[in-house]
Amino acid sequence: MLGKTANGLFWMYRYLERAENTSRLIETGQRMALTRLGSSEAEWKSILQTAGVWHGFEATGEELTKESAIDWLLRSKQNPSSVLMSIEGARQNARLVRTALTLETWEATNACYMKAKELLARKVSERDLPATMGVIRQRTALVRGATHGTMMRNDIYNFARIGTFLERADNTARILDVKYYVLLPSVMSVGSSIDNVQWETILRSVSARGGFRMTYGNQYDPIDIAHFLILDGRMPRSLAFCIRKMRDNLSYLNATYGEVPESSRKIADLEEQYLSRDISAVFDQGLHDYLQAVLSRMSDIGAQIEKDYRFYE
Amino acid sequence: MDQNQVFDEMWGREENLRAPYGLFKSWFDGEEPKRLRAKQREAEELFRLTGITFNVYGQAAAEERLIPFDIVPRIISGLEWQRLSKGIEQRVRAINAFLYDIYHGQEIIKAGRLPERMITDNDAFLPHMIGVQPPGGVYTHIVGIDLVRTDDNQFYVLEDNARTPSGVSYMLENRETMLQMFPELFARNRVQRVENYPSDLRSSLAACAPSVAGSSPTVAVLTPGIYNSAYFEHAFLADQMGVELVEGHDLRVIDGRVAMRTTQGYKPIDVLYRRVDDEFLDPLNFNPDSALGVPGIMDVYRAGGITIANAPGTGIADDKAIYSYMPDIVEFYTGEKALLENVPTWRCSEPDSLAYVLDNLSDLVVKEVHGSGGYGMLIGPTATKKDIAEFRKKLEAKPGNYIAQPTLALSTVPVFTRAGLSPRHVDLRPFVLVSPNKINITPGGLTRVALQKGSLVVNSSQGGGTKDTWVLED
Repeated sequence: MLGKTANGLFWMYRYLERAENTSRLIETGQRMALTRLGSSEAEWKSILQTAGVWHGFEATGEELTKESAIDWLLRSKQNPSSVLMSIEGARQNARLVRTALTLETWEATNACYMKAKELLARKVSERDLPATMGVIRQRTALVRGATHGTMMRNDIYNFARIGTFLERADNTARILDVKYYVLLPSVMSVGSSIDNVQWETILRSVSARGGFRMTYGNQYDPIDIAHFLILDGRMPRSLAFCIRKMRDNLSYLNATYGEVPESSRKIADLEEQYLSRDISAVFDQGLHDYLQAVLSRMSDIGAQIEKDYRFYE
Repeated sequence: MDQNQVFDEMWGREENLRAPYGLFKSWFDGEEPKRLRAKQREAEELFRLTGITFNVYGQAAAEERLIPFDIVPRIISGLEWQRLSKGIEQRVRAINAFLYDIYHGQEIIKAGRLPERMITDNDAFLPHMIGVQPPGGVYTHIVGIDLVRTDDNQFYVLEDNARTPSGVSYMLENRETMLQMFPELFARNRVQRVENYPSDLRSSLAACAPSVAGSSPTVAVLTPGIYNSAYFEHAFLADQMGVELVEGHDLRVIDGRVAMRTTQGYKPIDVLYRRVDDEFLDPLNFNPDSALGVPGIMDVYRAGGITIANAPGTGIADDKAIYSYMPDIVEFYTGEKALLENVPTWRCSEPDSLAYVLDNLSDLVVKEVHGSGGYGMLIGPTATKKDIAEFRKKLEAKPGNYIAQPTLALSTVPVFTRAGLSPRHVDLRPFVLVSPNKINITPGGLTRVALQKGSLVVNSSQGGGTKDTWVLED
């Protein structure tokens, strides 16, 4: 496979994952605005921070309101991580790697892009937002479905998966990091309604409320939440899950290519040093420090994958 | 143009249904126009979904447009096709022989059949190719011969495309779309298959591999990238052939081979089907600013380390100034009279011809010798006085840049409109594959149709559309 193709697949699926994550954040933000207890502006700011797009928004000088935040996240062309631009990025990369995709996967991607472009051509009113988000999520799910149902399980698929899980792990880690203070035991005022909303927000933004209830019942406990999102290997957006998947996909590549490159070693280190401990050890290190360390390791692994598989040269 | 001067491929000149359209006509008469209109829209949806779009030069890169598709097939009988394909094969053989000769002994010039200045003063002649032996002796691996028809048995070659002819993906997608939408039509009519083209292309290219290649040569398609107007086609062909689609920055010359950067290191390529023009192919040998090519590829090529398809320098064979000599060229190399006729052509470089052309501008089509895509041409009969006056100045300033031809009464084929079937002018581009032992012509080709009533311009960049082209099994 061409290095360029591996790169294109990696980014196609990163962008697709990003589009889904950002749309989930928009829904979370909107939901919070409805059941608002704190300052709405502060909440939107933290959502923009979680999406990693706060600085870009700030630079526009625009006033932060619910509308401006949603528009920035959803359809701004100046925001490279907006839902629209992410879908466009996924489709652009799909065109680049067209020969590596099945017809069904390509058509689902192209159709997703055409639909998003149509739905997001104009500002989306609050009333239309849920329906619009619903359609977009369905469209990205179709791409995922076509990918799973029709693509060969070879190096093509592995690069697609590595992109997906790196983006997802990154997203979960950022959500936790922006909100880490509400999970700290020191500020824990058990059962206060503010905390409940904050905790629920975190779970909602990774579509984990149902899974959490299934595992822990209906009592929110910040340590349980942190454990669930960081270390629980059954939760498909937890750091442990995503990193394990990346390690698996890298090892399938190693089996195909017959070599164990640096990135595989780095991911094994990350798993061993950061994801094989219990949650109290995480809090002992300090949640923020821990998350920063994991984020920086992941970014290093991303760069190493680029190098190992000759994405650029 | 007066309608009864025009030959219609469905109705002839006298409103007598021609045989190849018999079964189609009875099917069409039994169809609800409403259903057909819905099918026409469905076809557009299918094309959009497939992404078979093109970028128009000079428009924003993000603007992707569809080439309009018409659901009425253009139908050619097996016998008509047999005759045509003989002529095409003869012409393509002659083109290859001509290219070999031009870059080697230049016997045709020595024999006085072609003026020397047609080569020496021609920008399309590539001195780098002098004395080069292309692997398998093939210069034009893929050729598109543009044909127009004026009568039952009268076809003319409008131009030869010997560089990188495009449009074959439309031929294939048009058929695919028709098969999906109207399976019943194909049950009634026995239509010769076109679906094998990608697999034939791969075999044909592999058969031209250089001697350094192993038993299963590595083929790749070279594209200028996703912003190129024909990117869809490049990706389509690579996908259908099951080969890599590469760009210049994926390639590098290593140990005398052109190699592509894979996830496991550099891997040599044996045959490169390039969809990048000569000028951009090699910044070391041609345009130094080109970022689309591969530095040093020409040196590898000259040393026999890679097959470039089509070979560099083939443009000399489809140059419009050379075109007028094609009947002589065919005769010179095949020893036979040309089976396919040229459109009568005045070379404006010749004073007598120029005088005639200047006197008859309003009846003639005048083309730039090096132009393409229907740009920079004058269609006398439909041009305004002002257009003609302006063109006259250009012509007088540089007569050698132009050739002129009579306006042909191009045949028409019906298209489906709100008012039912309505005739529109068409041309035809059959696609030819050349390998050392074989010339393979896909039955039919790409039919381009001028969608404006009466218009003779079929180019997609100027509002032309396409049709599925059927060659029947007789």
